[in-house]
Amino acid sequence: MTPLPSITERLARNTYHLDEDENHIEVNQEIARRTGTGKLLVRICPAQVYGEAPDGTITVNYAACLECGTCKAMAAPGALTWHYPRGGFGIAYREG
Amino acid sequence: MSTDVDFDVIVIGAGIAGMVCAHQLARAGHEVVLIERGQEPGTKNLSGGVLYCRVLEAVFPGFVERAPVERRITRNVLSFLNDTSHLNVDYWDSRLAEPVNAVTVLRAKLDPWMAAECEQAGVMVMPGVRVDALLREGDQVVGVRAGDDELRAHVVVAADGVNSFIAQEAGVRPKEPIKHLAVGVKSVIALPRTTIEDRFRVSGDEGVAYAFVGDCTQSIAGGGFLYTNLDSVSLGVVLRLDDLEAKGLSSADVHDRFLAHPAVEPLIRGGELLEYGCHLTIEDGPAMVAHDLTRPGLVIIGDAAGFTLNTGLTIRGMDLAAASGMAAATAITAALKAGDFSDDGLSGYRAELDRSFVGADLKTYAKAPAFLENPRMYSEYGQLLAEVFHGIYAHDLTPRKHLVSTAMAAVKRSRLTLGRLMLDGWAGARAL
Repeated sequence: MTPLPSITERLARNTYHLDEDENHIEVNQEIARRTGTGKLLVRICPAQVYGEAPDGTITVNYAACLECGTCKAMAAPGALTWHYPRGGFGIAYREG
Repeated sequence: MSTDVDFDVIVIGAGIAGMVCAHQLARAGHEVVLIERGQEPGTKNLSGGVLYCRVLEAVFPGFVERAPVERRITRNVLSFLNDTSHLNVDYWDSRLAEPVNAVTVLRAKLDPWMAAECEQAGVMVMPGVRVDALLREGDQVVGVRAGDDELRAHVVVAADGVNSFIAQEAGVRPKEPIKHLAVGVKSVIALPRTTIEDRFRVSGDEGVAYAFVGDCTQSIAGGGFLYTNLDSVSLGVVLRLDDLEAKGLSSADVHDRFLAHPAVEPLIRGGELLEYGCHLTIEDGPAMVAHDLTRPGLVIIGDAAGFTLNTGLTIRGMDLAAASGMAAATAITAALKAGDFSDDGLSGYRAELDRSFVGADLKTYAKAPAFLENPRMYSEYGQLLAEVFHGIYAHDLTPRKHLVSTAMAAVKRSRLTLGRLMLDGWAGARAL
């Protein structure tokens, strides 16, 4: 047994300053579906920010984002708009 | 060109590169502002954890004694991991303790200290501010915009990390091919100090760095790592993005399975998860750095420029970041003196880099990324080594054979040929 709880539980131990007013991630559903980027995002994001709803829509839980940029690097052109959260918001590593 | 500036230099990003650069510029008497998007320097920063620290002594005398570093690495373990076996090369050397060669660090602890050093040197540290865009007059970069605020300077330094939105906006870096990038997924697990000393056979502030290849990434190009901190261990996987895409696996699952591996789990048993994080990293620094490093009024340093070296055995970024920050500071000081902020005026940066170990090492390891693309590194070789040693140690009452015959038999049973093996060996020797 490793000391790892579920992703949700382990992210709950991290410190975040949630930006209630601005979502820094946006998926273009049509391009994401057509290019396969949607399913790719779901599996490559270490924080599991992305999910797939039963109807195939890609959901985004931006509050969990660890701001690594893997999704931006791998997404097909036009499928994803991703930038850093506003100054002072987002993940705040205590260990790093 | 307008000479109406708020600062001589604006540095974007309080990582190692940005802070070293800002510190050196302030110490040379220039007005410097260091802008950081995190609420405090360090809160956005994550590294695997081994810092080859000799270069930092030149910037912060007494660095190892004064800075909040974790442990001095005196033992390096290279571990070939298979499903149900592993073979370790375990190198301990007391010479690695004096002078101190490498230390483990936790960036959220180290970086605030470094920012305080910057402030003491006269840098104005401005945290909690995200730079949104560059300000330009014609071709010349003349400052930055953050929200509704504008700040102007003679030179802007982009030290905004691997994703460098600034370098991309300036047109210096195109979208990176994904095989140049990898994602590191890491857990920090708390363990009592005495447990770390007993489990890893270290005493005092000495520590161990493990590098894992093979089954740790389920054959995705990349590797695993485990580093001891004072009272925790940092461990995780680094996965090359093109291969992560190709293999169809989940990055979080690969990380979790590595921690659960029978060779790894006992090392963290009984620990408690302190933090789970990730960071994008550069797999082919030499290819990335081939682009320009300046634009008129703009200098790009650290990860933003691509200064990372994965030599297979060691992964270096922070020491190159520091050295690039130093080289940039020297060049910018000369540019400020001459009042020339054109590409020409800033060309001293590339020259300084070429003179330093950064330029030399990037040349030396230019072939390493191509060698590490070899898929056999991540599957067959670990198996082969285990087969050889199994042949040596497993006494099944059949007559023993000489070592060479045992090894040859193992090669024969594997999917490798002797010719393939020799070619890979030769390529490895040349690349690394």
